[in-house]
Amino acid sequence: MRSWDWQVFFEDPGGKIPTYWQWMLSAWGWTISVSVCGLVLALVVGSIIGTIRTLPDSPWLVRFGNAWVELFRNIPLLVQIFLWYHVVPKLFPVMAGLPPFILVVFALGFFTSARIAEQLRSGIQALPRGQRYAGMALGFTTPQYYRYVLLPMAYRIIIPPLTSESMNIFKNSSVAFAVSIPELIQFAMQAGEETSRVTEMYAAVTVLYIVSAMFINRIMAWVEKKVRVPGFVVAGGTGGH
Amino acid sequence: MGNLDFSFYNWDLVSKFLLKGLYFSVTLTVVATLGGIFFGTLLALMRLSGKKWLDLPAAIYVNGMRSIPLVMVILWFFLLVPIMIGRPIGAEYSAVITFIAFEAAYFSEIMRAGIQSIPRGQVFAGQALGMSYSQNMKLVVLPQAFRNMLPVLLTQTIILFQDTSLVYAIGAYDLFKGFDTAGKNFGRPEEAYIMAAVVYFILCYSLSYMVKRLHKRIAIIR
Repeated sequence: MRSWDWQVFFEDPGGKIPTYWQWMLSAWGWTISVSVCGLVLALVVGSIIGTIRTLPDSPWLVRFGNAWVELFRNIPLLVQIFLWYHVVPKLFPVMAGLPPFILVVFALGFFTSARIAEQLRSGIQALPRGQRYAGMALGFTTPQYYRYVLLPMAYRIIIPPLTSESMNIFKNSSVAFAVSIPELIQFAMQAGEETSRVTEMYAAVTVLYIVSAMFINRIMAWVEKKVRVPGFVVAGGTGGH
Repeated sequence: MGNLDFSFYNWDLVSKFLLKGLYFSVTLTVVATLGGIFFGTLLALMRLSGKKWLDLPAAIYVNGMRSIPLVMVILWFFLLVPIMIGRPIGAEYSAVITFIAFEAAYFSEIMRAGIQSIPRGQVFAGQALGMSYSQNMKLVVLPQAFRNMLPVLLTQTIILFQDTSLVYAIGAYDLFKGFDTAGKNFGRPEEAYIMAAVVYFILCYSLSYMVKRLHKRIAIIR
């Protein structure tokens, strides 16, 4: 194998961006913004879908929630991204003007929302049934006992799976390379081809992915510590009730 | 609404473009599952061995693989494997090696959780009967662990089947590539992508439905 040549990052790719390392940082920025926007969308949609799947006495809402989860969970992300990017703008002229960024965020967000919905559902169902009844007995309406009793505990329970889901969406954002989003993978492929220093480009991008994963992991560990309810042991941990 | 036209789908197209891709996707899934379970079990045993020099490399490998996107791993192997073995290999072979190596990391975590779910008393009972470590693993722990984690393993296999579509990155000819090529050849990419989604959905949904049924049947009642 040839020796490493890191000088290549200071060369000029011959576009608007002066050097390869600046191009790479901008690609990292794309990866981060696609992931974060996708995650926000996924959390909002996933929370709604996950909640309605546990509602008592609303079989149609439950069915809708289940259908949503099955739909977005059983189609590969790559296919979903192609659908959003190529098919949706053609079928719905309203969406035709949307930038690719938004379409990819929709694809990634809805894909992840199904997984978050599934986790939130099992989080809510993991709570003792008495919690729901206690809320009812206190005269809370359904939205109220979800808001004040069930959801605060359910979200705490699902922090560990949410952590891995946040790391997943970061990794999954790499699939956006297929539809010309200038994120890290696309940078690695293009810059590697232009400079024929593929190994260096891949190595740098891999390091950025690992750094990002570790960073998310730390943030979520901090969140988990911050919101912990004293004396409440999360199911599945050691010890337990 | 733009007008869609699915009339170009006929048996000729299926046999020309799709079957070859479906065959590769399924083969890749099966080979990667079996290889991944084999190497994943080894990795899990290394991690549970209690010996630092076995645990550490396995932990680095597993955590490393799990923090890199699959697409990146696919690209890496496509670059490195030919350099290591000294001759070019096709995208398809590269994909098979990649998926075995990648899935081994994920399967090892499933195996580890499965092995740890076996009560300690079972291990002690094996020891009390005079079994060696490997006998104990083979006859007592692993059979129960496999049964406990079978649904999770199968679910991971379904995810793996979906992930095989990512070989798009290196141009291997899988099921999705089949749809992609057909769509481009007939100038109807939208219909091709919709059909791809429908076919993947039907396959994955029926598989996950079967896993659910299986889970109910084989769950160990304690």
